Amino acid sequence: MAIPISYNIRNLKLRKGLTIMTALGIALTVTTVVFLMALLAGLRQAFVTSGDPLNVLVLRKGSNAELSGGFDASLFPTLKNLPGIAKDSHGEPLASGEWVVVIVLPRKDGTGEVNVTVRGMMPDGLELRPKVKLVPGQGRWFTPGQREVVVSESIHKRFANANVGDEIHFGKGPWKVVGIFDAGGSAYESEVWGDVNQMSSDFDRQGGFASAYLRATEAIAANTLKNAVSDDQRLKLDGMLETDYYAKQTSSGGPIKFIGYIVGFIMGIGSIFAAMNTMYAAVAYRSREIATLRVIGFSRPSILTSFVFESLVLSLLGGLVGIVLMLPFNGMTTGTSNQVTFSEVVFALRITPTVALSALVFALVMGFFGGLAPAWHAARQNILTALRG
Amino acid sequence: MTLTTFVTKSAFRNKRRSILTIGSLALMLTLLTFLMTIWRAFYIDNGSEQSTQRLITRHKVSLTFSLPIYYEQKMKTVPGVAAVVPTQWFGGRYIDDKPEHFFAQFATDPQEFFTVYTDFKIPADQLDAWQHDRAGVVVDNGLAKKFGWKVGDRIVLQGTIWAADLTLTIRGIYTPPQPTQSVYFDRKYLEEAVSVMKDQSGTFGILADSPADVPKVAATIDDMFHNSPQPTKTESEKAFGLDFVAMLGNVKAFILSICGAVVFTGLLVSANTMAMSIRERTREVAVLKTLGFTRKTVLSLFVCEGMVVAVIGGAFGLLFGYGLVYMMGHSPQMGFFQGLTVNWATMVAALALAATVGLVAALVPSYNASKVNIVEGLRYIG
Repeated sequence: MAIPISYNIRNLKLRKGLTIMTALGIALTVTTVVFLMALLAGLRQAFVTSGDPLNVLVLRKGSNAELSGGFDASLFPTLKNLPGIAKDSHGEPLASGEWVVVIVLPRKDGTGEVNVTVRGMMPDGLELRPKVKLVPGQGRWFTPGQREVVVSESIHKRFANANVGDEIHFGKGPWKVVGIFDAGGSAYESEVWGDVNQMSSDFDRQGGFASAYLRATEAIAANTLKNAVSDDQRLKLDGMLETDYYAKQTSSGGPIKFIGYIVGFIMGIGSIFAAMNTMYAAVAYRSREIATLRVIGFSRPSILTSFVFESLVLSLLGGLVGIVLMLPFNGMTTGTSNQVTFSEVVFALRITPTVALSALVFALVMGFFGGLAPAWHAARQNILTALRG
Repeated sequence: MTLTTFVTKSAFRNKRRSILTIGSLALMLTLLTFLMTIWRAFYIDNGSEQSTQRLITRHKVSLTFSLPIYYEQKMKTVPGVAAVVPTQWFGGRYIDDKPEHFFAQFATDPQEFFTVYTDFKIPADQLDAWQHDRAGVVVDNGLAKKFGWKVGDRIVLQGTIWAADLTLTIRGIYTPPQPTQSVYFDRKYLEEAVSVMKDQSGTFGILADSPADVPKVAATIDDMFHNSPQPTKTESEKAFGLDFVAMLGNVKAFILSICGAVVFTGLLVSANTMAMSIRERTREVAVLKTLGFTRKTVLSLFVCEGMVVAVIGGAFGLLFGYGLVYMMGHSPQMGFFQGLTVNWATMVAALALAATVGLVAALVPSYNASKVNIVEGLRYIG
């Protein structure tokens, strides 16, 4: 027969101080792990939502990033006339030749300078990215042929001089900020956009493009289009799905993941030791009680289960507190460097259901291993000596 | 029995509990040692003596733009500049894209390179061989060991920034004061393969006459090119490295918040242990007081006990932390941690931190114990 759960819960309540301290210790470990997992989840989100399955990115063969690309502008008309490209609002093939450069902007809080991606695009570039929208009431898109740029919402928040009407200095002079766009948490969230011709002349890169974007009519056509680009011997270019391109960049989270594993593992074992201590104390304190339970007829397995269960409840409590402690930081944005483009990726801490669930499982694992040995000890103790003790 | 033996005996009264607490604290201190070492490498170390004398100049707008090569001659005229050498990042692929095959590759001027990087040691005959082979390359001794390279071996670097594959012959192996994970080859070879790089260099390494000259030299150089189409940004080698750390994000806050959580968890664990162990001994405290021990003595006895456990945990943590850092510093996969070790200052700081944790954690339970009323304490059944 099983020992009622209320027995364990009452016991935890009885030794309030001990329960709270142990649970808090577990909570802090869980908080740290949730923090690291939320960082990774946010980073993954930034890259996963960036690509559009209909878009094909074209780079020079052998280059693996837009920043290290570069091909002659004379190839662009050939690209544009490949079959399977959707039509834009003027009935022309929906394609954009682009330039990407990395510039340095000062952070608003004065903690130094950060590399930011500046993207010059053709007017079709905006149509190619339907998920990116202007923030209502925050200006308009840039006008082709003008020294105007639009900046992402997070750049607007994090950097000085990034409000509508301000001027940003890069290249050969000032650029007027005319709008702020919302990139929905994608990697574009860390970019500044402007007209490609203006930008390439500013950076002395006329006559070429770093990359080109083509929009396919449908998802199946995108694959064909990608192969058509790569297989064309005249072009010496590589086509890839935009989604694949960004999926590869999630490797930027490598250092965080690595630190996360080490910290999670070491703190986890440390907390298991602490939980063991608490449970051993609980068992020692109640040895006469346990012996009484055995005399009444509760079996060894039910005593074992009961104590493991108590430890699980304790750790679950810690896990919940740990997640709650981290909740205020949900959505907080931060940045790291994209290891492919060398520029900053801005992303938000995301406590997703998966993160929360894994944190609870982590807490329960700690509770289980912390409770097992003391529970075993409790189940095995000699009834007579315990009753006399 | 002396007071010291009394404290040590009480600390290990419940062996299992003490060992678990020590284990728990040791793991926390392992993490702290590890994180403190990273912190030190990023923000405190200044590198070798020569490193504090060196500067790096790059394009003001971004590292991805290059500077004209004639800047070298102009920089050499700046007072306080001892030597200048162009360095250009190549970013080629060695074998494949796996992170363990990644290392830095620079195109430079073999005649000048070792006049700026004076603390990189290379045998004279190897240097001479490098200077006379346009397709030659000198490699870091650590990299050579990792890949099993010998002088005379050939390596192929596939260009990713430019469509150019370079076949290089290893002419020398240099020994830097700290691992560099880099190889250097002749910039003329790059210019032949990549025409746009003709007379261009991404960065310049500069050796100043003395560390005191560094700020002045940086300011003079940046002023000199202020109004040119390619303005420069010149900073010390350390500051240049820190720019890369800053790119990783808010590393300081990241490390500090994890350290904070670790220390606080350590506090809770030891406070918990002390509370448990003192509660069990309520009757003993009453006995001690009956024997004439003052409140102050009782208090200090228990605080010392907490500190003994914490410091032992700290010592083990230091040992594990040292091992962890050593393992990473010597593992070929961890380019970033290469050559990292725990220094004396970090060890002292870690032990001091452990002692403080023990002290703070023991204070409240010990104070409560010292207040125990003798009569009630003697009656207490725990």
